[in-house]
Parts: sequence; C-alpha cells; structure tokens
Amino acid sequence: MLDASEGYTTEDGRKIGGVVMEMKNITLRFGGVVAIQDISFDIRQGEIRAIIGPNGAGKSSMLNVISGFYHPQEGEVWYKGAKRPAMKPYEVARQGIARTFQNIALFEGMSVLDNVMTGRIRQMNSGLFAQAIWKGKAEREEVENREFVERIIDFLEIQHIRKTPVGRLPYGLKKRVELARALAAEPSILLLDEPMAGMNVEEKEDMSRFVLDVNDEFGTTIALIEHDMGVVMDLSDRVVVMDYGKKIGDGTPDEVRTNQAVIDAYLGVAHD
Amino acid sequence: MPEQLVFAMEVFLNGLMAGVLYALVALGFVLIYKASGIFNYAQGVMALFAALTLVGIMEGQVPFAHLINAILGTEIHHFGWHMPGILAILFTMAVMVGLAWIVNTLIFRHLVNQEPIILFMATIGLAYFLEGFGDIMWGADIKKLDVGLPQGINLWIDETTFNIFDYGFFIDNLDIVATVVAALLVCALVIFAQYTKQGRAMRAVADDHQAALSVGISLNFIWVMVWSVAGFVALVAGIMWGTKSGVQFSLSLIALKALPVLMLGGFTSIPGAIVGGLIIGVGEKLFEFGFGPMLGGATENWFAYVLALLFLVFRPQGLFGEKIIERV
Repeated sequence: MLDASEGYTTEDGRKIGGVVMEMKNITLRFGGVVAIQDISFDIRQGEIRAIIGPNGAGKSSMLNVISGFYHPQEGEVWYKGAKRPAMKPYEVARQGIARTFQNIALFEGMSVLDNVMTGRIRQMNSGLFAQAIWKGKAEREEVENREFVERIIDFLEIQHIRKTPVGRLPYGLKKRVELARALAAEPSILLLDEPMAGMNVEEKEDMSRFVLDVNDEFGTTIALIEHDMGVVMDLSDRVVVMDYGKKIGDGTPDEVRTNQAVIDAYLGVAHD
Repeated sequence: MPEQLVFAMEVFLNGLMAGVLYALVALGFVLIYKASGIFNYAQGVMALFAALTLVGIMEGQVPFAHLINAILGTEIHHFGWHMPGILAILFTMAVMVGLAWIVNTLIFRHLVNQEPIILFMATIGLAYFLEGFGDIMWGADIKKLDVGLPQGINLWIDETTFNIFDYGFFIDNLDIVATVVAALLVCALVIFAQYTKQGRAMRAVADDHQAALSVGISLNFIWVMVWSVAGFVALVAGIMWGTKSGVQFSLSLIALKALPVLMLGGFTSIPGAIVGGLIIGVGEKLFEFGFGPMLGGATENWFAYVLALLFLVFRPQGLFGEKIIERV
C-alpha cells in the first residue's frame, strides 16, 4: 500500500504527489438497490486515476458522489485533508472539482467562448456594478480570465469554432468544449464521465491525447470513468475496478490486468 | 401639409409612447421566460402589487390595517409619515426582492423540471393570491401615485410643432419620461445579461441546470435573482402606469395587453418586447385614427389581439423569437 503523504513515481517518470481526495467506505443506496457498496480509494495529486467496470457497475454513481450530485448513506469523503460535509453540487464545484457528463451538459444556446467562460465563474469576484461599467478590478479580472480561456481554447484546438453556438457542433467537438469548460475552472480535480463514449477510433485517439496533454501541461489531477478497457489501460496511472457496486481491484494497469477477479468480471466465469 | 397627415403624425408619436408602456410590461415576461421557462401570468399583478406597496410606504399606510383593526379592535391606519418618492422606491424594491425569495422558496423550487403548463398554472395561482393579498394589505380603493415625475403637456414640443405645422402636438411629459426610463432599463438589462458574471450565470441556468451546477452556479440564487429583476421591472411599470391612471385593480389587466406584444416580438427576445410594444402601440392608435370612425370606434380594445392572431398564423415564433424546431 502507498503511504498517504508520500507520492510515487510513474513508469514514465512523472512524480505523483500526496492524496488529494479519499473516499472512505462509501455506500450508496437507491431504495433497496445498492449502487455502491463499501468502497474506498484515493486520488493523488497529478495522477490520472481511472474507475472502470462493466455497465451498471456503479461508476457514474461514484463520480456523482464525488461531485456532490449524490449523497452516500454511509462513508466519508475527504478532500485536501479534511472531511467534506454533505454539499450541494455547486458548492463542490466552487471547491475546485470540475466535471464533464456522459451525455454532455453544455449551454447549447451560448457560443463556445461563452460556454468556456462560464467555467471561470469561480475566478470572478468583482462587484456587479464594477462588471457592468467595466472598470477597475472587474476589467483586470475579465482580461485575465479571457486570456486563460483563450489559452485553453488554443490548447484543445477549438479556435475555429470559438463564436459558434454550441448547439450546432457535432458530438466529438461538443465533448471537447465540455472538457474546455471544465479545464477553465483550473480544477484541483477534473472528473471525466466516459470522455470517449460514442466516439469513433480517431476521435477516441484525439481525446486520449488531450487527456494526457492536459495532465502534462497543467498538472491537472484527473479522475475518469470508462468502460473501454483498452483506452483506460493506456491512459491511467492507477485503476479502480468496480463490478456490481463493489470494488474488485485497485492498482496499476498491469496489476489490474492480471487480477483474476477483474478478468472474470469482464470475460465472465465458466460455471462448471 | 394636409391637416390629416399632421394629425396622423401626432397619433403616431402618441402611439410610440403608449407602446413603450406596453413594452415595459412585456419585458418582465420575457426576462422570467428566458431564464426559467416560466410564463409568468402574475407579471401584471406584480406591477399592481409593487405600485400599491409604493403608495402605501410613501403615505405611511399601516399594512393589513383593516385586518389588525378588525381583530384587535384598534383604530390604526397611518404611521404618520410622508416619505420622499425615491426612498419609498428603494423600500418597495426591498419588498419585491423579499417577494421573489418567498415565491421561489415556497413555490417554484418545488416545481423544478415540471411541465411548462404546470408552472404556468402555478403563476395563475400566484396572480390570484397576490391580487387578494395586495387588497388585504393595502386596501382596495383607488390611490393616487405621485413620485414627482413630470406630468402634463410638454410645452416645448407643443410650441415647436405649432411653429412648423400651425398645430401643436399634445405629448405628455410622463410618456417622455417613460420612454427614457424604458430605454435605460433595456440598456441596463442587456449589459447585465451579456457582460456580468451573474448575467452569464442566468443565461447558463436557463440553458442547462446540470451544467450550471457543475460550474458552481447556485440555481436558487439565480432564480431569486431573476424574480427580483422581474419584480424591479414590474415596479417600474407599476410606477409609470400608476402615475398615469391611478393605482387600481385594472392595473393588473395591462398584463393582457402584454400578450399580443409578446406574440409579435417573440417570447424570448428583449428587443422583441420593445419592438413588439411599439408596433402594437402605434398600430392601435393609427388604426383607431384611420378606421375607428368607420367601424364605430373603440378599435383599440381588440386591434392588438387581431394583430397577434395574424402573427400566430403566419409567424408563430414572433419577429425575434427563436424558431422552434423539434427533431423527431
């Protein structure tokens, strides 16, 4: 087991820091259905952490617990060394946990630029009146925010659609805009809910590259959910495997790949 | 210049001014509709309630005086102050913000993700409640509202036009003030919606709740804010209409005049509300002037609705509204 305060070094030589978020014995029930049963794991500074599992394993529920959309009946969420009280999703977002959604949640009527700018709401603190007349602190802030947003837009290669209303974009680009908006918040943890879902091979490769580049360039801690094993194994530093709401494996991609319980969950067990 | 044409010009100008007042009411509808998808039937009553509260505070009326006196057997009616208009407007605005909070907390928070028709029904309920509540709170008699806005004929226009056409136009000062106020209000609203964090958050909430939450926007805060802004617009409309024709129950019926304005301009467009209001205002005045005598007069009562019907047939989304396309 890893020590909580110390980090580790990945195979490709990146330094991973201490624990940013720790889930302790999380249990989530919907009525009689147990979506998550007694799961614990941690997310460390600067790593790409994947949660995988077959359909219905409880991955999305877990992500929703982290981002405050669901509240577990049992267990504790520790964030930056302190136990987190039950919070509303917008409060969690303001603490620096940004996310994307499996079925894309963008502001369809707004331009790409405006969408990404909403990600900066946490960084805007000047008064309403100052913003309206565009003076002093408000002006400085807006310029800074705009610069940062433009940098992200460049980075994710969506400059050419900056002014396009999001509703008109194809699926793959929408996913990228959503990633841009989440990144704009300069999150301490970036949660990606099935970032490759519904994409073709080429789009998947693009998205994988962006996830790696984001982690590399901004040092962003990323937790992602995916059911496509292949993608995850290439991307992530450590993997949690879930099946029927339980944790059946946790470790580096290689460790997980050779874990018998994981193989059984994915390939099925022969009943003889 | 022929006499008829000069008269028509005067009618046209007066129509524009009347249109501004319609637009003021329509604006309140558009704001709430854009931000929360709720068609707020209570907008007109909110204007009435705001005007009643304003008069009440200015005159130092004791709220619920009749009720209190009936229960306790006392005889209190007045606090005995006369507040200056501007101060009373600030207090009334505070009341409208309180009302926004109550409306959101007690009603619309619990109706999130409901069908539009259910939300609409809720606003009808709100309208009737608020009407009765206003009566109990401030009494049902017609009140005079005077916050110090200039009223009466504008002599400068009268003289200037007399020198040019040999006929002085009658333009009410109050209408000119209303026009200026409406223009300022629209500018302020546009700047607010486009360039401030709260405005951006408001547009975000209107678009997608889940996404808004995920970037750190509190839905409740935004909803209360939107209802407060609508309350503010209602207050402005209430002041203008109240000064013009007295604060009375019929004030709430101006909401009905806003409907054709919205059908013309589109339910989702702030400029649409303004242009729609002007077209209706000018249209009904000119129509009355041109065809009224032939049709036996009083065409102003129905002209706006007929125009709206025509629009519904040929351009249902209005002049500026978003075209509704549903993919099947």
